[in-house]
Amino acid sequence: MRSDLRAWLVSPAVIVAMGIAVSLAAVFQFSFRAFVPGSLDVGGLTFANFSGMGKSIYLDAFANTLLLSVETTVFSLVAAYPLAYALVRVKNRALKSFILIVSITPLFLGEIVRTYSWIAVLGSNGFINGTLRKLGLIEWPFELMFTHLGVLVALVHVTIPVVVLMLATAISHINRDYEKAAQSLGAGPVKTFVTVTLPLSMPGILASITTAFAWTFSAFATPQMIGGGRVPTVSTLVYQLGFSSMNFPLAASLSVMGLLMTTAALFALGLLTKRLKAAGGH
Amino acid sequence: MKIRSSLPLPLRVAGPLLIAILLAFVLLPVVVVTIAAFNEKAILAFPPESYSLKWFARVFSYPDFQEGFRSSMVVTGWSSFLALVIGTCLSIAVKRLEFRGKQLLLAILHSPLVVPHFTLGLGLLILVSQTSVQRGYGIVILCHVMLVLPFVLRSVYVSMENLDERLEQAAGSLGAPPVKVLFTITVPLLAPGLFGGWLFAAIMSFSEFTASLFVTTQDTQTLPVAMYNYVREFADPTLAALSAVYIAVTAALLAFANYFLGLGKVLNIEDNH
Repeated sequence: MRSDLRAWLVSPAVIVAMGIAVSLAAVFQFSFRAFVPGSLDVGGLTFANFSGMGKSIYLDAFANTLLLSVETTVFSLVAAYPLAYALVRVKNRALKSFILIVSITPLFLGEIVRTYSWIAVLGSNGFINGTLRKLGLIEWPFELMFTHLGVLVALVHVTIPVVVLMLATAISHINRDYEKAAQSLGAGPVKTFVTVTLPLSMPGILASITTAFAWTFSAFATPQMIGGGRVPTVSTLVYQLGFSSMNFPLAASLSVMGLLMTTAALFALGLLTKRLKAAGGH
Repeated sequence: MKIRSSLPLPLRVAGPLLIAILLAFVLLPVVVVTIAAFNEKAILAFPPESYSLKWFARVFSYPDFQEGFRSSMVVTGWSSFLALVIGTCLSIAVKRLEFRGKQLLLAILHSPLVVPHFTLGLGLLILVSQTSVQRGYGIVILCHVMLVLPFVLRSVYVSMENLDERLEQAAGSLGAPPVKVLFTITVPLLAPGLFGGWLFAAIMSFSEFTASLFVTTQDTQTLPVAMYNYVREFADPTLAALSAVYIAVTAALLAFANYFLGLGKVLNIEDNH
């Protein structure tokens, strides 16, 4: 009876897991196959996809994606921490609900609506340029679309909600007795925050760094629509190679390199965490 | 209260001001796109010079959006239902039973949180192109189940943490078989968490774009994919109008969930101490 129940409970999840594993295996397998132009069939085994990756368009895309991911992670952490802190510690229920709804709604809008909304802000007739022109401050529009800065701002906006949620979970699990203890020993509010609250929320911060990095690396619509091809990323190249050139093998090998890069970054982060722990942090 | 009164004045002003600025940043694009949707002219501009509702009318009459909405409902309905059932079963098994490969299974199921969506989409597309499987709704639904399952698992797992196991033990000791305990005690007690998890999965699935772009066809394209194709063809504010509708519905759903379920509890962000 018991093993019967177990099989019923677990097997549907196993099917989904197999779907994920087989998809990833398909990408790995294709990354080592030769491209046959004009056909979806692939040729024999080859390393050509990887050995050709030293070309500047690929290196540029990787460097740019990495830079965007790091910048987005840093800026969204800085912006999300105060929001998460307020979300957990504000006493007023209505204000709490307001902060919660506002800060997480963008998470559920999806990449297209969020990105398009930023076009309405950044475009040459958009909010920023429109307002500045109305005020008579500028004559010609600022170029914000198709720039690294434009893509970065939109990516930070996309990432804030998920970081807020993860940080709020961590902050809400901090035992407030520690803060009270610090204060009764004479620490001021700023010192209490820096020496007690912030270190105790470290697990949430590290989890957010992982997620923010992976999400940014994965983002496609934002660099595609706001970058307009002038801010190349791994995701936009994979799409271009897969759909415009139908070069699935090269798209697959770029995906594999991207996956390796994410894994390496997350591994380095894990090592850093261990070092911090060994040094007496949390 | 002691903390409040002992904060120096600049900090007491700076804190709320910082929060207000951050909230304004998050809200800015949402507000701007909503206002831009009422522009009478056929360009996306802010502020509009004259106002009109015609782009909203176009949203509801444009065939690709109608079909995209229908496809999205099919995909979202199935994938959120399946993810909920699969996620609930697995959470119960993980919490209560021992089985081989548990950690590996969980690691694979959580991997879509870090594996780029374009990689998973490409993998599924390769699989479909190499086998004789039809690129129909089945593959899109499977894809969405993979992507939303981690969120359902989190939500269900949190509510299981708050479940009193003694209630189930009582039912068991009174002679109820495990399956009966599951359906008469465990599932009803988990209901709020299950609903929260389902709602999250549904909204995430409805908005999913990157992986959908790879696995959908003209016949199965979901609403976000139809929106992406629209923006590549037209520059008028129709998409701003659709975004405004999208924003209003999503915010209303979240506010509803917050009012009836206490989102703080579902998301595990209540101050426990």
